[in-house]
Amino acid sequence: MARRLKLERTPMSKLPPEERITTFEEVALGYTPEEAIIEAERCLLCKRPPCVAGCPVSIDIPSFIELIKKGDFIGAVKKIKEANPLPAICGRVCPQEDQCEMKCVVGIKGQPVAIGRLERFVADYEASQGEVEIPPRPAPKGKKVAIIGSGPAGLTCASELAKKGYYVTIFEALHKPGGVLMYGIPQFRLPKEIVAREIDYVQKLGVEIFTNFVVGKTRTLDELMSEDGYEAAFVATGAGYPRFMGIPGENLLGIYSANEFLTRINLMRAYKFPDYDTPIKVGKRVVVVGAGNVAMDAARSALRAGAEKVTIVYRRSRKEMTARIEEIENAEEEGVELKILTNPVRYIGDEDGWVKEVEVIKMKLGEPDESGRRRPIPIEGSEYRIPVDTVVIAIGQVPNPIVPQTTPGLETTRHGTIVANPKTHATTREGVFTGGDIMTGAATVILAAGSGKTAAKYIDYYLTHKDEPGIWEKIFKGEV
Amino acid sequence: MGYKILKKRVLGPGSKLMEIEAPFVAKAAKPGQFIILRVFEKGERIPLTIARTDRERGVVTIIFQEVGKTTIHLGLLNEGDELADFVGPLGKPTDIENYGTVVAIGGGFGTAVLLPLVTALKKAGNKVITIIGARTKELVLLEDEMKKIVDEVLITTDDGSYGMKGLVTDGLKFLMDREKVDAVYAVGPVPMMKAVADMTRGPGIKTIVSLNPIMVDGTGMCGACRVEVGGKTKFACVDGPEFDAHEVNFDLLMKRLKMYRKEEQYSLELFKKRLEKEAV
Repeated sequence: MARRLKLERTPMSKLPPEERITTFEEVALGYTPEEAIIEAERCLLCKRPPCVAGCPVSIDIPSFIELIKKGDFIGAVKKIKEANPLPAICGRVCPQEDQCEMKCVVGIKGQPVAIGRLERFVADYEASQGEVEIPPRPAPKGKKVAIIGSGPAGLTCASELAKKGYYVTIFEALHKPGGVLMYGIPQFRLPKEIVAREIDYVQKLGVEIFTNFVVGKTRTLDELMSEDGYEAAFVATGAGYPRFMGIPGENLLGIYSANEFLTRINLMRAYKFPDYDTPIKVGKRVVVVGAGNVAMDAARSALRAGAEKVTIVYRRSRKEMTARIEEIENAEEEGVELKILTNPVRYIGDEDGWVKEVEVIKMKLGEPDESGRRRPIPIEGSEYRIPVDTVVIAIGQVPNPIVPQTTPGLETTRHGTIVANPKTHATTREGVFTGGDIMTGAATVILAAGSGKTAAKYIDYYLTHKDEPGIWEKIFKGEV
Repeated sequence: MGYKILKKRVLGPGSKLMEIEAPFVAKAAKPGQFIILRVFEKGERIPLTIARTDRERGVVTIIFQEVGKTTIHLGLLNEGDELADFVGPLGKPTDIENYGTVVAIGGGFGTAVLLPLVTALKKAGNKVITIIGARTKELVLLEDEMKKIVDEVLITTDDGSYGMKGLVTDGLKFLMDREKVDAVYAVGPVPMMKAVADMTRGPGIKTIVSLNPIMVDGTGMCGACRVEVGGKTKFACVDGPEFDAHEVNFDLLMKRLKMYRKEEQYSLELFKKRLEKEAV
């Protein structure tokens, strides 16, 4: 090699913590063109690139990085969009450290190439250049596909199918498309303007989006397929049903599910009340229960919405926290306190029904449980109380039951996820495919996108071979 | 898709009726279900019961009381204006059975909710008696509409200015003394529904109430609408809005409805000031 490999990756500038907590603006500021080229130079352009194998949507990573090296940023983003319609989103919220970057050869001796930051850079660069180029429309196939849910799985599946020439309609229950990208992930981590921009791209590919349309209520999946002419459907309604712990006092005023807390802030813009009509109660002292990405989002949102003290309460140890390390660091930098090995046992309210204290108990770790993580065990007699104004419960979500409940023959597991073949994503109902969190249980944006892409491939296969006898059985068994 | 206001009518002081163009909702709606709307881009999502639907015309009728910023804002819109959002039908439809004699109670504004319900109950073969309760005569809603559908309409007013003097529970007691009542539906203010539930619990008369907690999405996503029924937490938007009155924790519901009282008042004051300014 002519030059010595730089072991350190190019840093990306971030807003300083003290400035961050006063605003909902994005924390990470992204690369400049110069920084992007310097970082791209670190890529070895491996002939058999392990990073691509680590990507759930198989982006041709070395090719796009090579284009960045040459300064062809638009060429680079087009290369990414061949595989992924949502680069500005995925560049921001993918856990690259567990995927492409984990497999990076440079990462063996030094820090892996910052693939996510480069992906984000080219997507933002393209948008800053004005009009985004739309690939030419293929010849129409004359077949309609219904996509239920406009989150990452639905958007990806829809754009793949539109690119193949299908007539695609996305049905979204809320008033804005984007699913968890819109209501769940906060502005400071994923600006809503960026989500809107990438959804606009999907629409320009020819995808039609109906908002305010709750499949199962406004129209059933059966009606869409038997009366409205949709020959296949993709159910991607996500894991948006909040879980509560079932402990005393959980319905006191001031106790939110993370979904409600974040939806009020992100989708309804409650932090701009009274300019926006939707209110939220944040108070001075906030306790967030749980330690996943959603908990970090809720804790950091609470700080920005005016809380003085935000405490995360988690029943296991730091090692078992499921949030991305970067997000935990961001939260701690901003002043969020972590109380690990601590679990709520009950909430105590005042005479008007407002929560005023949470009683917690200290925990210790025992033998590993079925998840492989060490089981937390309460330490008897270690209870104490934390004074609070607001509590946010972020202990996970389960699938929304509306579509399965209103679609006879669509079988679900005991966890509420839809039964599907892991290879083809075909369900127990002919013509119906699934993907994203309602198939896998709560996971990440990119896994959902990847599963939308896989389903699109087999939806195309099904619609091409629909007239062959026994075709659904074959697809359901994965024998294709 | 615009959700156009096709018709607007004043029903009484502070209560209005609107017909909204929403063909999908009109086609799918069943008694007991509700919609969620947003008046404008910065608006909040509020649930309102479906009072009537016309499938052929693709029209949904809503009836609302102007009590807060959003409903006052809604009431200021005119025929031809469009709502930002209108989604539904949400919630579980009412289980309609032939019980025998059913008393359907509408307290104040709750009467609007009863229209599709009593229509369905009549169709199922029930004898239906409606009690319409209001503070005073001019607040009695939908009497004529109701009379066209049910077997008997009993009016109660707090001040005795019209019909029987007293509360809806006095009307119910009168009916229970007069004849055998097999089931009761009650829709209205929480204290009224609670009082009805207390009255029918002893004799064991099946009683259904339609609950109106604060909601955001209305599809089970947020849990804002949690209510306690039989000691268990339920989401009114997907498990309800109708529940067995004898199992509902009404005190909790009353408290939870007050969660944003301060913000609601503040928002309303600002809005009124703005309206005054604009009027000048």
